[in-house]
Amino acid sequence: MTAALKVVRAGLFDTLQDQGRTGFMALGMPTAGAMDRIGLTLANALAGNPASAAGLEIGVMGPDLLVEADSVRVALVGPLSPSLIEGPDAPPKPLESDRSHLLKRGQILRVGMIEGSSTAYLTVAGGFALPAFMGSLSTYSRAGIGGFEGRKLATGDVLPLARETAPGGDERKLGQAFDYGSGPIRVVWGPQEDYFSEAGRRTFVDAEYRVSKEADRMGIRFEGPVIEHAVAVDKGGADIISDGIGPGAIQVPGAGLPIVLLADRQTVGGYPKIATVASVDLPRLGRLLPGQAVHFAAVTVEEAEKLRRDQEVRLQRAIAGFVVARPAGGIDLVKLYEENLIGGVVYDRLSD
Amino acid sequence: MALHTAIAQARDAGDIPGIVETVPTMRALMVTYDPLATSRAELQPQVDALVARGLATGMKSRQVTIPCCYDDREFAPDLEEVAERTKKKPDQVIADHIASPFKVYVLGFMPGLAYVAGLEPSLFLPRRSQPRVRVPRSSVAIAMDMTTIYPFESPGGWHLIGRTPLWMFDQRREQPVLLAPGDSLSFQRIDRKTYDRIAREVEAGSFDWSTLVKSK
Repeated sequence: MTAALKVVRAGLFDTLQDQGRTGFMALGMPTAGAMDRIGLTLANALAGNPASAAGLEIGVMGPDLLVEADSVRVALVGPLSPSLIEGPDAPPKPLESDRSHLLKRGQILRVGMIEGSSTAYLTVAGGFALPAFMGSLSTYSRAGIGGFEGRKLATGDVLPLARETAPGGDERKLGQAFDYGSGPIRVVWGPQEDYFSEAGRRTFVDAEYRVSKEADRMGIRFEGPVIEHAVAVDKGGADIISDGIGPGAIQVPGAGLPIVLLADRQTVGGYPKIATVASVDLPRLGRLLPGQAVHFAAVTVEEAEKLRRDQEVRLQRAIAGFVVARPAGGIDLVKLYEENLIGGVVYDRLSD
Repeated sequence: MALHTAIAQARDAGDIPGIVETVPTMRALMVTYDPLATSRAELQPQVDALVARGLATGMKSRQVTIPCCYDDREFAPDLEEVAERTKKKPDQVIADHIASPFKVYVLGFMPGLAYVAGLEPSLFLPRRSQPRVRVPRSSVAIAMDMTTIYPFESPGGWHLIGRTPLWMFDQRREQPVLLAPGDSLSFQRIDRKTYDRIAREVEAGSFDWSTLVKSK
């Protein structure tokens, strides 16, 4: 029997994503890929996978997954409240996020809700046994390609696993939560900042913008003060001859409100782009929820590059700083000590 | 376009590390790069050097023939209106579309959607004031100075004057996207019977594409 995870209850918008289908934008192919590359990279590292492996991107609420393999190591990253259902009538037992867990056949992993982020990640050691499309497993649901049948997961889907059983080794967890940063979202001006008046550019960096309800994998529409174009909109001030749209490009159409374009963005567009989000802060955009407020702050290209390199150093340090975690279903000694309930226990469960 | 090709060649030869991809358009070439592998300061002179070395040498171009059925009202709901507004007979609109020296400039908006310039100037019309909510896949349309072929069923505001039995995007093909920037394009008028035959072959995956795509 093929090892698999079976979706016994679908979440809201769960898709398989890797670091993106790059190289085909010239053919009109959006890159798709993880909205938060840091979360996916950490989840892959916890599972012992290369950063390029595909994981499940959880949107708002995750699925219930039945283990149809002798064993599987999963890793969860993000503010989730997962639980484990160990048998048909067993009550769900809470699990920790930001760590790996060893699961056994017949157990159900309830990934649960995300609190305080729009995305979280689940990876499996060895990855999913699904065919890449144009070099990537990223799901682009608008065209129905990549991932699992080109779409978000539905109840009854069976995700085949590359490994029959989990590899040996300890479960691991993040030493501490990764710091995504909390100041303004850093941007680089352009490529069409000259399509905006000086007052319009000042509005963009001075004002507070709030994530509207129109926020998804394609992009985020912000609400806030109107950004003035240099030329009146009815005289073509919000039209350009279409050009390429990079990750994090910030379009400002005629209505004057910024739209940040993300993973599933179209490849070209005809609205002027006042600025582009520095790649260091793209993962923060990928985690924003409707109603959250941000400021934008301009940096130079050199500063943006340095910020990204420094972040990569911190990410690699976080991976090097993973600590050994107790196995799933074991007794949490630390917690017991802290709560002062007992003096000590013999701990030998699930040492495989 | 030529720079897009030149950068791709230089990257594949290992001469310019760190380039992720490039996107050619009518106004600019977008170059995305990995800041962990290179920097703008390193990249700019490398790209400038490619421009200085001279472009458009040894560029391969393809000639692609698109069979198109203009005759069915279902396929060409806007043909009569286009004829009226351009003061031509429908047959003349078709003849002018076929005679236009089309060239693929940009792909975008959705996978495989090509913006094809070169439309006979007497056929220039603005987009429809009321875009359609649903344009069928493989519809052939015109607007402004361009023609296009819809790769998927989607909303659209262009004038529909025919339909091709070909799929612009077919993930079963090794190269799922049929057209590429730089391709020369010509339309070939086919009747409904031929349309149906080719459509069946395309659907079954048995259509012989080699007759349509020629290297120049």
